[in-house]
Amino acid sequence: MSLLTDDQKMLQETAASFLAREGGIATQLRHWREIGCKDGFGHDLWKQFAELGLTGIGIPQSHGGLGLGATEAALVLEEIGRNLTPSPFLASAVVAARAIEGTQHAERWYPLILSGEAVLAVAIDEGPRHAPEQTAIEARRQGNGFVLNGAKQFVVQGASADMIVTLARTDGSAGGKEGLTLFAVSRDAVGLKVENVALVDSSKAARLSFDNVEIDADAVIGDVDAGWQPLQRALGAGRAGAAAELVGIASGATAMTLDYLRQRKQFGRLIGEFQSLQHRAAHLYTEIEIARAAAFKAAQLLDSGDEEAELYVSVAKAKAAGVANLAVRESVQMHGGIGMTDEHDIGLFMKRAAVLGELFGDVYYHRNRVAELSGY
Amino acid sequence: MTDLQTFRTQTRTWLDANCPAEMRTPIRSEADICWGGRNWAFQSDAQRRWLEVMAERGWTVPDWPEDYGGGGLSAEEASVLGQEMARIGARSPLTSFGISMLGPALLKFGTEEQKKHYLPQIARGEIRWCQGYSEPGAGSDLAGLQTKAEDIGDHWLVNGQKVWTSYADKADWIFCLVRTSAQSKQGGISFLLFDMETPGVSTRPILLISGSSPFCETFFDDVKVPKEQIVGEVNKGWDVAKYLLGHEREMIAGMGLGTGGTSVTLGPVVRPSEPLLRAEIAEFDVDALAFAAMNERFAAMWKAGEAHPASPSMMKYAGTELNKRRNELAMAGGGSDALEWDSERSRGGSAARAWLRSKGNSIEGGTSEIQLNIVAKHILRLPGT
Repeated sequence: MSLLTDDQKMLQETAASFLAREGGIATQLRHWREIGCKDGFGHDLWKQFAELGLTGIGIPQSHGGLGLGATEAALVLEEIGRNLTPSPFLASAVVAARAIEGTQHAERWYPLILSGEAVLAVAIDEGPRHAPEQTAIEARRQGNGFVLNGAKQFVVQGASADMIVTLARTDGSAGGKEGLTLFAVSRDAVGLKVENVALVDSSKAARLSFDNVEIDADAVIGDVDAGWQPLQRALGAGRAGAAAELVGIASGATAMTLDYLRQRKQFGRLIGEFQSLQHRAAHLYTEIEIARAAAFKAAQLLDSGDEEAELYVSVAKAKAAGVANLAVRESVQMHGGIGMTDEHDIGLFMKRAAVLGELFGDVYYHRNRVAELSGY
Repeated sequence: MTDLQTFRTQTRTWLDANCPAEMRTPIRSEADICWGGRNWAFQSDAQRRWLEVMAERGWTVPDWPEDYGGGGLSAEEASVLGQEMARIGARSPLTSFGISMLGPALLKFGTEEQKKHYLPQIARGEIRWCQGYSEPGAGSDLAGLQTKAEDIGDHWLVNGQKVWTSYADKADWIFCLVRTSAQSKQGGISFLLFDMETPGVSTRPILLISGSSPFCETFFDDVKVPKEQIVGEVNKGWDVAKYLLGHEREMIAGMGLGTGGTSVTLGPVVRPSEPLLRAEIAEFDVDALAFAAMNERFAAMWKAGEAHPASPSMMKYAGTELNKRRNELAMAGGGSDALEWDSERSRGGSAARAWLRSKGNSIEGGTSEIQLNIVAKHILRLPGT
């Protein structure tokens, strides 16, 4: 594994200082939660992402983007995780942008993603657990286009999106990887009902219901019945990205907890002096370092097009979600009573880790995938 | 073609021509490992030849300076050599505590004379070393050691006892921590080197729960050690000891990746049929692959000087705990087959013996609890003693 290049270190520093300054919990997450924002994130901040070029992190330079890879996205996402900054970065700039790469939809949407004017979403899950091959939503051919019927859920920022990349079945039956197609569906499509749902972490995800939604043939992303490959590409970027954000969440929560251990006194001593807490903190630190290494390895393998990338993407997502879960549980416990209050920020890390842990497959999904990819 | 690519091509050609076929097969047991030393009985001609040709090029210690018997390779070249050896499944030509522990300490703390004398012998596998650290009363509290070395003019007089001395009964020389002053705990320790054939040195093997005896008790009874055989200054041996422990921990941490050419993951080996065992093995495999990534990252950071000096403690803790889990699950996967102790079928109870031996991983070289103390204090900077 190679260490970060000078350019990557510079990007990391830029993202770290930008997000610590502008994307902090008080000014972003708590603010939007308190005013009941329908998007769950701030468009002004998203414009700042655009000014820094970050909205185009993965968009090819030929389209005016930065043309960078999963590794650079991971650097930004770790800082997003550390600050719990709500933004469309993962869903729109990383996953959806990757899904439409190399298609005619890129021509239309890339300029709008870059400028921060448009937000894209991705609709995959149809039940409470991630299982893309179980996609059952029906896209029936009709005339020169298709008619969609069915439902989607856990569509991150779906109600804020201008276009929703939707995975639907054009052939075969639920359980098969063949016969799946990706469609670019406008949020305003006739017959599409969008229910904006607030999640535990105050982010927004939509439930979609498609009632005879008619779309043109040119809404197809890539080729009909061949959606599995571009989906894997987009999911690979999304899973590796979510892993990096989870590492950031774990780091942020742990840093806050270590500060608390160095300040809080009981029995006339700093509680950080107690070995029972020191050992748990040291174990946690070790696990976070390992999760970070796994997340970077996955990103680097994706960037080099290595055949082991898929395996490591699942390793990274499973490991990072597991470690973030450990970090937030330990953090709330070590904070004691104050950790249970809404006033303290530590609980916000626990909420965010739960949502990201589920996104694009939870620890059980990815452990199972590691077993399958390893042939057992 | 870059210099590194040229080096890779040349290395590949040379290895193809010089690595004997028998030395390209996986290590099946302890007997396949070449430790070298005065009394070493080579397992085969191939093992002898492989050591000789590699030592000739300095490639038993590729990144040591050529003046001291090394290959003088850059970190990148040494890494290419490692990759090319792995590509053909080449065994390590020489495994020794001289290479992994004493050598790095001598390179940092030894005099020019000491380096010229000891390092080439280590590189050629001529002298097998053992480590005299722990004592019956000084385990986790290593600096509490009591083995005494008195300065009596032209030599040191050593008296005391060491325990958990790895392969002391097979070693030629020992690097040994001794007390040269009672005034200060850490500041009264010195680092001596001496021949295990010196009168007054005796060893007794310790039989472990695994049925093997890799460790000994070692006794010193009026052992005379020449004055110049001290590394670093008198009473400054703790600095050498700590530096060396970092290298030992790095080496032990590697166990998390599996030993003897086995795969990092367990699932493809065990092929579990029960869903609950499969789930637990999949959880382990995720951790093992993640740790493998950490190991690569750590090695790169360590070489680049970006790793925290206490980070080998983190690696040692993670790697050894992982290896214990690996062995627990391998036993579960093996069922009653894995319980056989000496049958041929079980290759002499290899699974059970490896499982029992692995329990020592998180004790030797500093317990997991000690490593966590070090991480908490030196990396996390938590308060307290």
